[in-house]
Amino acid sequence: MTKDYRIEVDCANCANLMEDAAKKTEGVENCVVNFMTLKMKVTFKDGADEKKVMKEVLKNCKKVEDDCDIEF
Amino acid sequence: MTKKQKKVLTRIIIAIVLLVAYSFIPESILPEDSIIRFALYMIPYLVIGYDILKKAFKGIKNKQVFDENFLMAVATVGAILLGDYVEGTAVMLFYQIGELFQSYAVGKSRRNISELMDIRPDYANLEVDGEISTVDPFEVKIGSIIVVKPGEKIPLDGVITEGTASLDTSALTGESVPREAKPGDEVISGCINNSGLLKIRTTKEFSESTVSKILDLVENASSKKSKSENFISKFAKVYTPAVCYSALALAVIPPIISAFVTGQPEITKWIYRALTFLVISCPCALVISIPLTFFAGIGGASKAGVLVKGSNYLEALSNTKIVAMDKTGTLTKGVFEVTKAAPKNISEEELLYLAAHAESYSSHPISISLKNAYGKDIDEGIVSDIEEIAGHGVQAKVNNDTVAVGNAKLMKSLNIEYSGDDEVGTICHVAVNGKYAGYIIISDRIKETSKSAIAKMKNAGITKTVMLTGDAKSVADKIAAELQISEVYSELLPGDKVSIVEKLLNEKSDKDKLVFVGDGINDAPVLSRADIGVAMGALGSDAAIEAADVVLMDDDPEKISLAVKIARKCIRIVYENIYFAIGVKLVCLLLGAIGIANMWTAIFADVGVMIIAVINAIRALRVKQ
Repeated sequence: MTKDYRIEVDCANCANLMEDAAKKTEGVENCVVNFMTLKMKVTFKDGADEKKVMKEVLKNCKKVEDDCDIEF
Repeated sequence: MTKKQKKVLTRIIIAIVLLVAYSFIPESILPEDSIIRFALYMIPYLVIGYDILKKAFKGIKNKQVFDENFLMAVATVGAILLGDYVEGTAVMLFYQIGELFQSYAVGKSRRNISELMDIRPDYANLEVDGEISTVDPFEVKIGSIIVVKPGEKIPLDGVITEGTASLDTSALTGESVPREAKPGDEVISGCINNSGLLKIRTTKEFSESTVSKILDLVENASSKKSKSENFISKFAKVYTPAVCYSALALAVIPPIISAFVTGQPEITKWIYRALTFLVISCPCALVISIPLTFFAGIGGASKAGVLVKGSNYLEALSNTKIVAMDKTGTLTKGVFEVTKAAPKNISEEELLYLAAHAESYSSHPISISLKNAYGKDIDEGIVSDIEEIAGHGVQAKVNNDTVAVGNAKLMKSLNIEYSGDDEVGTICHVAVNGKYAGYIIISDRIKETSKSAIAKMKNAGITKTVMLTGDAKSVADKIAAELQISEVYSELLPGDKVSIVEKLLNEKSDKDKLVFVGDGINDAPVLSRADIGVAMGALGSDAAIEAADVVLMDDDPEKISLAVKIARKCIRIVYENIYFAIGVKLVCLLLGAIGIANMWTAIFADVGVMIIAVINAIRALRVKQ
């Protein structure tokens, strides 16, 4: 399952860091952050609970870039 | 400007005013190492840098030491500890100016590009039982009747049921000549109705409509990252730690050596140089300018009617050396037309009149083109005794004359002498009452721009142009010669096209890219096999939009070289930015290490390079037609 989320982030490098952080999150198969369109495309692993995983993703992203946000 | 940006701007202004004001205070009042001086400079420093310090602190807590906030904090706090209050504050100030500029420029180009692609309709006028109400296009179901007034965008794909209008398709195709539409015509969402009231029966839901598909495609395009983008994100990951460790080394090793050699460790001097390193360690300029360039390039291309599905394809497109094209629908119109009428003993008009009437009951493409060439209304009442002879043609009575229209086999079976064997195209012989009356040639017309399109490709540095077709060799060779195409493969079955493209792929070097251009209808396997599959005239064709990597919205072959040119310009800007930004930073690191560049140079290099790179990136948005 793949889903798009709107994100809030100020710098391009931070967007790259968010991508890395999201990729390392449990339940995430792959993730692409598009800084220009402020979107995060997340591919979930089979059977992953989307809401739970996204909470973890946000938590991990906040660790690398405190100022970011993900709408989910 | 957003609220956030305005707040930063206010802080920048306050800090500048304070710094300028302080510079007028004579040193006699404010001695170099007085506590008051320190306190005074702390005001602008904290005004401009409090959020950075806060973020840096949080970064440490989260073990993000190479975070740019942390680096800026270390560099400026270090400078202040060394007593360089002005420099410390100024570095923070310029860093914030750079950040503000970056966020402003990125926001602006985001808006620019969405304006370029301003095709999203806001509403639909839904007609239910004669009542018209304005609704969200999402709510309109298939088969509903919608009304489009002059000046409005067509919100959903559909078929015109009432009214005629001239449609402006420029937002979709880049083509400025309006298109005429009448009842029965299919229309696509995103076109603007220039004149006339239209009633349209919708054939697709909004999410399946052309507009949604195009917007989706363009918005997702920059998610498919190019090699250069991947290189930059890898580079950024290595660059910052590398510079930081060098800074540490610079602060520790030279003092130790000099302590042994001269007995003077000169710690302050080396720490200052190390701090200069930290200022240059931020990879911002690169990390922002490369995706911005691709985003702008893809946006500019969309405006010109060239949809590129990803930055990676834009990059590949810039290395195009071979263009293989399907003939029908790409170089030719794909519509059969009468291209020549050679009457014998009768007038040309009479020949067309007889042929069109004899064929009037058939819906075969050939009879349709005969009727089109005749151009006047067909009087079906004068036609009788129609006899279709499969594989030969047709025989019918027109005004009591027996007219036979068909191929050479028909003429042979009727024992009629005929001419025109050396013609290219589909030949239609006509005989009246057993006497030969001449022939009509029906062929696929070459598009007006095909010849200049091939010439432009050659000018754009494409070394090989190839035409693939299922047509007879004689037809193919003649067209290829006329268009000056370098290689032709004719009489191909659909499967052969894939093997020829594979052969061409094997012959070329890895660096050169092969583009295949087709009309996308039955080329899907070839489109996906080529390095870059380009579907042409794909407006409204879902299959083509799916299968291709690049979609040309109209069917003008000149757009192929335009697409390559846009890609080249974009990649050139990308490389300019990469070399420029890395180059300036390396030079500054070197000069910083030997003490020529100070912290002022460093911050100017950092922010200045970023600003120049961003402005350069935005150039990719402009496309010369």
